[in-house]
Amino acid sequence: MTGVREGIDLGSVEQIPVGEGRAYVVDGEQVAVFRLRDGSVRALGGTCPHRGGPLADGLIDGAVVVCPLHGYTYDLITGEETANGGAPVRAYVATVCADGEVRVAMPAT
Amino acid sequence: MTVLDERPADVPVVPVAKAKLVIVGNGMAGARAVEEILARGGGDLFDITVFGDEPYGNYNRILLSNVLAGTDDTSEIYLNPVDWYAENGIDLRAGVRIARIDRFARVVQGYDGTSMHYDRLVIATGSRSFFPPIEGMWCDDKTLTSGVFGFRSLDDCEGMLAYARGKKTAVVIGGGLLGLEAARGLQNHGLKVHVVHATATLMNAQLDDAAGAILRRSVEGLGISVHTEARTTAIQVDNGAVTGVTFADGTVLGCDMLVVAAGIRPNVGLAQRAGLTVERAIVVDDHLRSIDDDDVYVVGECAQHRGQVYGLVAPLWEQAAVLADHLTRVDTGAAYHGSRMATKLKVAGVDVASMGLKTPEREDDEFVQFSEAKHGVYKMIIVRDDKLVGATLLGDVSKVAFLVQAFDRGLPLPSERISLLFDIGTPSAEVSAAELADDAQVCNCNGVSKGALVACVQDGEKSVSGVMAKTRAGKGCGSCKSLVQQIVEWAADGDVQVDESSQWYVPGVPYAKPELMDKIRELALHSVSSVFAALVPDGAEDAKSKMGLASLLEMMWAEEYVDERDARFINDRVHANIQRDGTFSVIPQMKGGVTDVAQLRTIADVAEKYEIPMIKLTGGQRIDLLGVRKEDLPAVWADLGMPSGYAYGKSFRTVKTCVGSDFCRFGVGDSTMLGIRIEERFQGISGPGKMKLAVNGCPRNCAEALCKDLGVVAIDGGRWEIYVGGAAGAHVRKGDLLATVDDPDVVMTLVGRFLQYYRESATWLERTYSWVPRFGIDRIRAVVVDDTEGIAARLDADIQKAIDAYTDPWKEAAAPVTPGQFRTSLPLTPLPQVPVR
Repeated sequence: MTGVREGIDLGSVEQIPVGEGRAYVVDGEQVAVFRLRDGSVRALGGTCPHRGGPLADGLIDGAVVVCPLHGYTYDLITGEETANGGAPVRAYVATVCADGEVRVAMPAT
Repeated sequence: MTVLDERPADVPVVPVAKAKLVIVGNGMAGARAVEEILARGGGDLFDITVFGDEPYGNYNRILLSNVLAGTDDTSEIYLNPVDWYAENGIDLRAGVRIARIDRFARVVQGYDGTSMHYDRLVIATGSRSFFPPIEGMWCDDKTLTSGVFGFRSLDDCEGMLAYARGKKTAVVIGGGLLGLEAARGLQNHGLKVHVVHATATLMNAQLDDAAGAILRRSVEGLGISVHTEARTTAIQVDNGAVTGVTFADGTVLGCDMLVVAAGIRPNVGLAQRAGLTVERAIVVDDHLRSIDDDDVYVVGECAQHRGQVYGLVAPLWEQAAVLADHLTRVDTGAAYHGSRMATKLKVAGVDVASMGLKTPEREDDEFVQFSEAKHGVYKMIIVRDDKLVGATLLGDVSKVAFLVQAFDRGLPLPSERISLLFDIGTPSAEVSAAELADDAQVCNCNGVSKGALVACVQDGEKSVSGVMAKTRAGKGCGSCKSLVQQIVEWAADGDVQVDESSQWYVPGVPYAKPELMDKIRELALHSVSSVFAALVPDGAEDAKSKMGLASLLEMMWAEEYVDERDARFINDRVHANIQRDGTFSVIPQMKGGVTDVAQLRTIADVAEKYEIPMIKLTGGQRIDLLGVRKEDLPAVWADLGMPSGYAYGKSFRTVKTCVGSDFCRFGVGDSTMLGIRIEERFQGISGPGKMKLAVNGCPRNCAEALCKDLGVVAIDGGRWEIYVGGAAGAHVRKGDLLATVDDPDVVMTLVGRFLQYYRESATWLERTYSWVPRFGIDRIRAVVVDDTEGIAARLDADIQKAIDAYTDPWKEAAAPVTPGQFRTSLPLTPLPQVPVR
């Protein structure tokens, strides 16, 4: 992945089960990091802008996460809400480094 | 007549003292009149006294059938208990019968010696049972022969219930509404019941011959014998008590008790003696006043208005409102113009609706008739000059709402008349969708109006799922989906894009459930990811399909299912129900709603230790610990040491029970034990939707088994009724009777077989309340009870596999299945909900 300026290491990717998400704090903000079935990772703001649902608890596929409270659906790369025209959630750039560490950074703008 | 009191009509009376209003009769009409008068400030205008012949408050006479059937307790049918009268400053003289009205002195006199002045009088004396002149009916001038009953009052009911104990056979004279209700009621108490009817057609006041014949089949199907065109000429009496009836042809029918339901007669003697005009009943004008006396009002079954005497409750409500408007002078122009008679009722368990004409009268009357005797269904309509003038529905009254409206208001009718009787496509939907006002809220969860849906269609969205996605209509509880569909179809005017995906089991895999199951079996797909890989064209996963697939695969493969945790919804990952604040609710299993001291103490200790913010009793008779932090879940379970109650999944939830025969005075079966047995066997079984069950120990329905996905009801004689497809959530539906069996073991078998058939056949998230009517109870009964498809043994074996695969998920507390399974996902610090870039 390109465009990463500086990253924060969150520890081993093995902390995140395949196909699920876990919550971390990055720079004082709650971030949900997801490990896709293809092995890559994604990171979004951890709190659903709709009613504050915990996005790390949502079901994911290769493209979106579905908030467990009311089904608001966010693009894992852009953070756009795709099902209900809701507000977007902040998107981060996440990578798995060669040593198996997850690194999350603000996207290059 | 002499006018004794001349008041100028248009000068308001300013009373120094309140005027005296006396109501004679405390039945439904009298009491309703009082309520309407009070609602119009009548309490400030009048001192009100109510005389009632019966020594009770006011009760709902219509529900006497339920009292007799044992489904309502007498205490449940009171409309206004005695206290209500005192609270509203009304002087109730219950048990005082009025002997005489002196209209010139304006005084009423009671049989107990009461004498009371009135300024205004309301006569609401109602009706009494009619006893045909039959030899042996009476033992003296006033007393019926022992064992002979009318069916009119609470005393009649209680007399019958007391007398029926230990009796074997009852005869009911009269095959009208009351007679059939009496028959069904007595049958509930274990008596063999014969209905004897003088004409050829049951309920001939409401039904034509064809409908009557079908009703007869349905009634006989319940085990009640019906004798038509049978005139009773004598009642056999031995030792002062009834022993049988003799018919005109000389045959004799033995019985232990006799109920006479041969019609009612208005109580008009009091009015006659007071010199009021009485024909079939007391004759009134459009203000409900006697035509002879402006100070005397008459309401209810004892009133005759424009030649009509009404014996139903709806006209009586209308009369009471007009009377009150006029009497309180809130609207001195208020006038009653008569009522159109439309009735919808349940007679002996059979739905009946009838309105207007019974048979066509003119040559050019349009007559549409449908009859399916085998299933007890009959429907007919009569149309004259494009207006509905008569209709009868029997067995299936699903279309009654529109018919009553069309009949009452003369609404325009669809040119395809048949659509008035059946849902055969768009016409009926058009009618209801078209009738809704634009601002009518269609989706009550997300607040979407009809107007918003129509606007969405006009903006170019022509598919139902597209409109639902854009407006969020139908995305809450889902109960409005069919109405949303109707409105979209109506708004798109036939130009709806059929979206194929609506038939798919889940949105991301292009197959309906049966084909999907075939493919899964054929390719031996044991996991959710393998289904996506094999059956989706580009192999893409779909988050919104995972939960449904996981449920389906678990049902199909049981122990062989490869459980991928990421396919589970959060509730199923952590075995608790996520709440709006991201905490969870914990509900331990409490079989049949029975607990004990040790359990309660443990729960209390756990709640204290983990500072549970709320402890709540659930509707399913369990204890809910709310606000548990995800990271505390394993420790909470460990400390509880109780199995999961599965109150979070699309799965078998709980079996609600009543106290059954051990403690309850009325219980006829051990519902508690059976409920616990069912819960022990089927705990944790997954399905397309929740499965909520209940077992009642008697027909009073205290455990609400009649509105559960599956409900079992103990009835007299050691038998059990099994109801399926009931609901009392966003959608309310009474369950359909699947079977009546006499052995709890058979109940267990049928429960398992029914649940397995539901698990296999219903679409994802389809609850039994939609699946049962969609499949049809007859088809389900054929498969589950009669095994017409020969799959019963296979269903039994498959549910057994699911039972064998059960493990208590709360055991995962000891060893989490995934890393961080119970790690919090909640904000550690308060965060802005909408981040600013």
